[in-house]
Amino acid sequence: MQDFIRLFFNLEVMAQTLPLLMQGLWMTVKLCAAVIALGLVGGLFLALGALSHRRWLRWPAFAVIDFLRALPPLVLLIFIYSGLPFAGLAISPFAAVAVAFFLNNSAYYAEIYRAGIQSVPAGQTEAARACGLTTGQTLAHVVLPQAVRNVLPDLLSNTVEVVKLTSLASVVSLAELLYSANMARSLTYNASPLVLAALVYLLLLWPLVRLVSRYQRRLAA
Amino acid sequence: MDGLDRFLATFFNARIFARYLPDMLAGVWTTIWLAGAVIALGLSLGLALACLRAYGWRIASFFIICFADMGRALPPLVLILIMYFGLPGLGLRMPGPLVLILVLGTVLAAFAEEIFWAGLTSVPKGQWEAGRATGLGFTQTLVQIALPQAARLALPPLVNRVLAISKMTALGSVIGVSEILSVASTAQSFTGSAAPLTMGAIAYVIVFLPLVVLTRLLERRFAWKV
Repeated sequence: MQDFIRLFFNLEVMAQTLPLLMQGLWMTVKLCAAVIALGLVGGLFLALGALSHRRWLRWPAFAVIDFLRALPPLVLLIFIYSGLPFAGLAISPFAAVAVAFFLNNSAYYAEIYRAGIQSVPAGQTEAARACGLTTGQTLAHVVLPQAVRNVLPDLLSNTVEVVKLTSLASVVSLAELLYSANMARSLTYNASPLVLAALVYLLLLWPLVRLVSRYQRRLAA
Repeated sequence: MDGLDRFLATFFNARIFARYLPDMLAGVWTTIWLAGAVIALGLSLGLALACLRAYGWRIASFFIICFADMGRALPPLVLILIMYFGLPGLGLRMPGPLVLILVLGTVLAAFAEEIFWAGLTSVPKGQWEAGRATGLGFTQTLVQIALPQAARLALPPLVNRVLAISKMTALGSVIGVSEILSVASTAQSFTGSAAPLTMGAIAYVIVFLPLVVLTRLLERRFAWKV
């Protein structure tokens, strides 16, 4: 038991490595901001493509979404980070992570938007168009606000997944939270920094996970 | 044309494809059995926990909710690193595949418990009462009346989650499990060519596309309702 505490909950080691982890946390926050924003925008465009009446737009959109859903995000990341330099495109770890997870998340957000847009009755669009709104105005002022409200729990739960996903950036040596913690572990020969990182993730995400559960219960009721 | 040739030679080099095909097939097999083990562990544990929660014992429910929350809030890679690099300090050294199955199976169980539970709570109360009124016990009502209906509701989100978590077997490459990504990365550093990475990506798409198609079929059957 004493060994367990010394190796996993060593307060001294935790205090010592906290500054390093906080630096990592800041990188994680920046990464999340970039990836969530990019994914939300990219996903919207993919969803609109997938819902289009034009076949030449719809089919490629579905193909892209399904291809990205079949590919593990880590594979996409490694491909971009270590594969693209062979094509003469060397990019920084941050850019590689941002691009890889932007692609991955766009597909997931697109599926959620699509479900949301489809849940808005067609009469809403028809009414808006009949009132003289343009297609773009109908989408922005009538359809999307209702669509987003209907799928808010899913959007939230996917955003939790995105934050968790950024931990994969440690594999390409981007100094985010998990990378810093693992670095601290190998410097101190002690797993406490990893446990501390886990606690930080828990602190960040537990409220969101609770919120998702609450939302889902309300929808079921 | 020169550029295109160079591109093809770098990313789609047939000679390298052929040389690493046997390794890659072994990697595919590893990915498939790992995913199978994760799914079996995750779904059975998740279902068991959801059923246990239905009995409404305060203390058990509290721990199940904590378990489900933590499983959903923690990134799997953190848990993998803690188990793989931390536990040997206590003299508990587990092989990479076991760590991967335990972590991903537990994470899937956390999600599956929440999904099954959401399904159970959406079964109308009248169904429970009717079951009890016809003389079935609580357990019989749970297993024979509530669960079949809950499982139908749970199926689409469950398949989505199973897909997302089986893909995470790629994390095995971080702790030296020789699944598809690991084989591809090793081959890439040996050959100094990007072709093995392309090959790995193709292998993943072949393995997981059927699951993606399955989610589409389920989606069409259980069309979105609000």
